[in-house]
Amino acid sequence: MKPATYTALSDWLYARLGLSLGHDKAYLVESRVAPVLRRHGIASMDVLGAQLRRGLPEDVAREICGAMTANESAFFRDIRPYAHFARVALPALLRARAGTRRLRIWNAAAGGGQEAYSIAMLLHEARAALEGWAVEIVATDIGDEVLRRAREGVYTHFEIQRGLPARLMVRHFIRQEDRWQASPELRAAIRFGAFNLMHDPRPLGVFDAVFCRYALVQLEVASREAISGRIAQILAGDGFLYLGEGEVARPALFAPVPGEKGIFTHAPRVPGGVAPSLRP
Amino acid sequence: MVIDDSRVIRMVVRRILEAMGLAVVDAADGYTGLIACREAMPDLVVLDWNMPVMDGGGFLAELRASPGGEGVPVIVCSSDNDPARIAAALEAGANEYVMKPFDADILHGKLAQLGIFR
Repeated sequence: MKPATYTALSDWLYARLGLSLGHDKAYLVESRVAPVLRRHGIASMDVLGAQLRRGLPEDVAREICGAMTANESAFFRDIRPYAHFARVALPALLRARAGTRRLRIWNAAAGGGQEAYSIAMLLHEARAALEGWAVEIVATDIGDEVLRRAREGVYTHFEIQRGLPARLMVRHFIRQEDRWQASPELRAAIRFGAFNLMHDPRPLGVFDAVFCRYALVQLEVASREAISGRIAQILAGDGFLYLGEGEVARPALFAPVPGEKGIFTHAPRVPGGVAPSLRP
Repeated sequence: MVIDDSRVIRMVVRRILEAMGLAVVDAADGYTGLIACREAMPDLVVLDWNMPVMDGGGFLAELRASPGGEGVPVIVCSSDNDPARIAAALEAGANEYVMKPFDADILHGKLAQLGIFR
């Protein structure tokens, strides 16, 4: 890849995703983007560079974005945020929403789908308390290929064992030779869709909890703060934000939950949260 | 306590657990493992299911009936990936189930789920 191609691609990824690559990630970019080039019959990175200058077809652009932001994931990654959601956030939200009996959760940067399916399994565990409730899990990511995989919910022998308790695996997944697919019921519990975190999320509506784990870590401070600000606009006033361990939400807008890593609520006395009464 | 009739699997599991700072003893069949457990109850058992002399199911029933063995976390580690048999092992008292082949991350994850390792 010519240096000019790398520079053009870096600039394009920054403008589109807020992704800051630095000067020495040519190998990373090539290894991640190569499968996209093969799928679309693009001969080389330099040919892609030329197409970038002319304007890339949207499907190719989305696939490149998906490939560049894809992360290794696991079911119930880090465990603690899910334990907090099940034991603290969900009971609190069940009490607070008893009038509307409506619960909305956003899994931003859904990746391979493990996070969204983990949330869906937790809500299934709480199904008795949620009887008669309208529960919605919205899972978004930027790349079509990533979303297709997440929606399909098929995992290898190794992927299915990363973080997923065996009890939940046999209850919610169907074995197909050496692969396991999420059951139709589990897949139906999630609405997958394309969304770029650099865009305005307000059309998605207001959410009671947002899981956006390990998506910000790759971004520059300005992009991270901007995304935090946008999440603050669609998180209910008493909602919970789950980031990756070590990731920090904009301090002016969010306060960390004491004793937890990467879990936040709206900062007190700072405008920006949406009161539950304003929910659509 | 690692109980598996495969010397290779015993060695692999031992290395993973020792790298986590755990002291490991092992046995090549369920009966030998049970005698060792009754002498000194371990904090964790990683148990193969299909073994000679006493299989995993036989071991698990005896362990759960032994004084001090009721609450010992047991991770079954087997090449059997039939969902019905996995469910049966859990029903029989196993706390977790690992399908072979596996790697250190998978075993770490199972231990974290059981609160043994963070």
